[in-house]
Amino acid sequence: MEGELAIRLRGVVKRYGPITAVDGLDLDVPAGTCVGLLGPNGAGKSTTMRLLTAQSIADEGELEVLGYRLPGESKQARARLGVTPQLDNLDVTLTVEQNLLVFAHLYRISRNERQPAIERALRIANLTDRRDTRVDKLSGGMRRRLLIARSLVHRPQLLLLDEPTVGLDPQVRQELWALVDALRAEGTTLLMSTHYIEEAQRLAYTVLIMSHGKAVAAGAPAALVAEHAGRDAVEVYGPPARLAEVEAEAAAAGLRTRRTGTSVAVLGVDGDAPEGERRPASLEDVFVLLTGEQID
Amino acid sequence: MAAVEERERIGRLERPAIAGVIVREVINFSSYWRSATFSSTVEPTIYLLAFGLGFGSLVSKVYGYDYVLFVGTGTVATAVLFSSAFPAMFGTFVKYKFQRTYDAILAAPVDTEEVVTAEALWIAARAGVYGCVPLIVSMFFGLDPKPTMLLVPFIGFLCGYGWACFGIAIAGFANSIENFSYIISAVLTPLFLVAGTFFPITNLPEWMQWLAAVNPLHQCVVLVRSAAFQAYGWHDLLRVLYLIAFGLVMWRLAITAMTRKLID
Repeated sequence: MEGELAIRLRGVVKRYGPITAVDGLDLDVPAGTCVGLLGPNGAGKSTTMRLLTAQSIADEGELEVLGYRLPGESKQARARLGVTPQLDNLDVTLTVEQNLLVFAHLYRISRNERQPAIERALRIANLTDRRDTRVDKLSGGMRRRLLIARSLVHRPQLLLLDEPTVGLDPQVRQELWALVDALRAEGTTLLMSTHYIEEAQRLAYTVLIMSHGKAVAAGAPAALVAEHAGRDAVEVYGPPARLAEVEAEAAAAGLRTRRTGTSVAVLGVDGDAPEGERRPASLEDVFVLLTGEQID
Repeated sequence: MAAVEERERIGRLERPAIAGVIVREVINFSSYWRSATFSSTVEPTIYLLAFGLGFGSLVSKVYGYDYVLFVGTGTVATAVLFSSAFPAMFGTFVKYKFQRTYDAILAAPVDTEEVVTAEALWIAARAGVYGCVPLIVSMFFGLDPKPTMLLVPFIGFLCGYGWACFGIAIAGFANSIENFSYIISAVLTPLFLVAGTFFPITNLPEWMQWLAAVNPLHQCVVLVRSAAFQAYGWHDLLRVLYLIAFGLVMWRLAITAMTRKLID
């Protein structure tokens, strides 16, 4: 698998009436890696995910998933692909195990492999003692773990995670990160969309920053930071007048800045810098610099 | 990817895909079969009793049959309609809009065409079974069991398939669940009444007779009576063909509607 691409998109365009949701996107996901699609809401991440399962059909461009051309061969691709949707679509009146059983059938797992596959998925999601619990009795975090387990029941070669931790509290989020990290360590190929910088930074080997349907930068998180935001940033706090002054001084010195509410961050600092809190530059700095958009 | 040298042939309607969707329905049915069975059987039985016994005191015979048995055999079609068109409309819409079930299914190796086909087959099978209830109730009012009655579940299945596809198509075209009121009031209620279930259509004004003649539910009513009273003839074959055509047209329509809704 090494060196091969699990996903290859070239010049993909998807329009909805006057809106161009995906605008000439190129995307490579090498087998065995984890690629993060990072962008604010409306950047085209979810549309990209839908294109990969042929639930949206691209207007232009080439799409290949696991070597299959979309949309013509999407069914073959889908058989080898797992999808964890952003919105919970479990069958809530069924038990945990029944939900997995349904997907074992939908993914055509043979009769004698079904039960082992379900047991394995239960273990991955750490839900073995909840197998007989109805989904509407589970906590939000458990439901999300079940969604991930459901998308792994057929041992897919590639897993699409659409905003895996959106709307979850921080503790549950970390629990899910551990789960995704374990998958990553096992060598599962992952494509994850997220609008949480920290999530992309922790889990993705490569991050693709999306804005208005386009890829504005791609690379390893650390490399992106080094390339676009330099090594350090200095946060300067103060009244608005002082902040404006800092911005003007930085601009005169050829340094870039970004406003973060109560402070100005001066980026790409190596030597001289205004007085303030020095911190390592972050992916968030890169994101704001490249897209001009704030992200939460 | 080099691993994919042999491109396996993938058909449009694959048995494993259809079976998978039906399994999903069957497992889900285990959580709501009581309410579904209750509404699909009690309602037609109430019609049977209300009309059969109510009007039965005024009208003793229709076409030479006891009125209660005339209605009892007729309400088989009512049971089929109530257990096919309605669950298909509401079920499909709820799965689409509120449960987002189709997003999950279509991410698996299942296409829209297979989802529609599987769900319609499952609803039709239920309709075939529920359709027998009024027939069984009628036996308590003196309907003689006949071997040809074994055809009734198949008639119910055939008719139910068309109505299930009709319901799925309506859910596919509808933007909100409120739109269903138009269909129920303007299409289903008139067709339900002008089907020859409660009164013979031969005494109706001519335009209503035409409406009945093209009404699939009327074909179902007549076929069930033919089977129940062992009074079938060659024209029943035409009715079966008509129901097959109805099912095929509605099937394609449902697929078109749902593809428009689910794939963008």
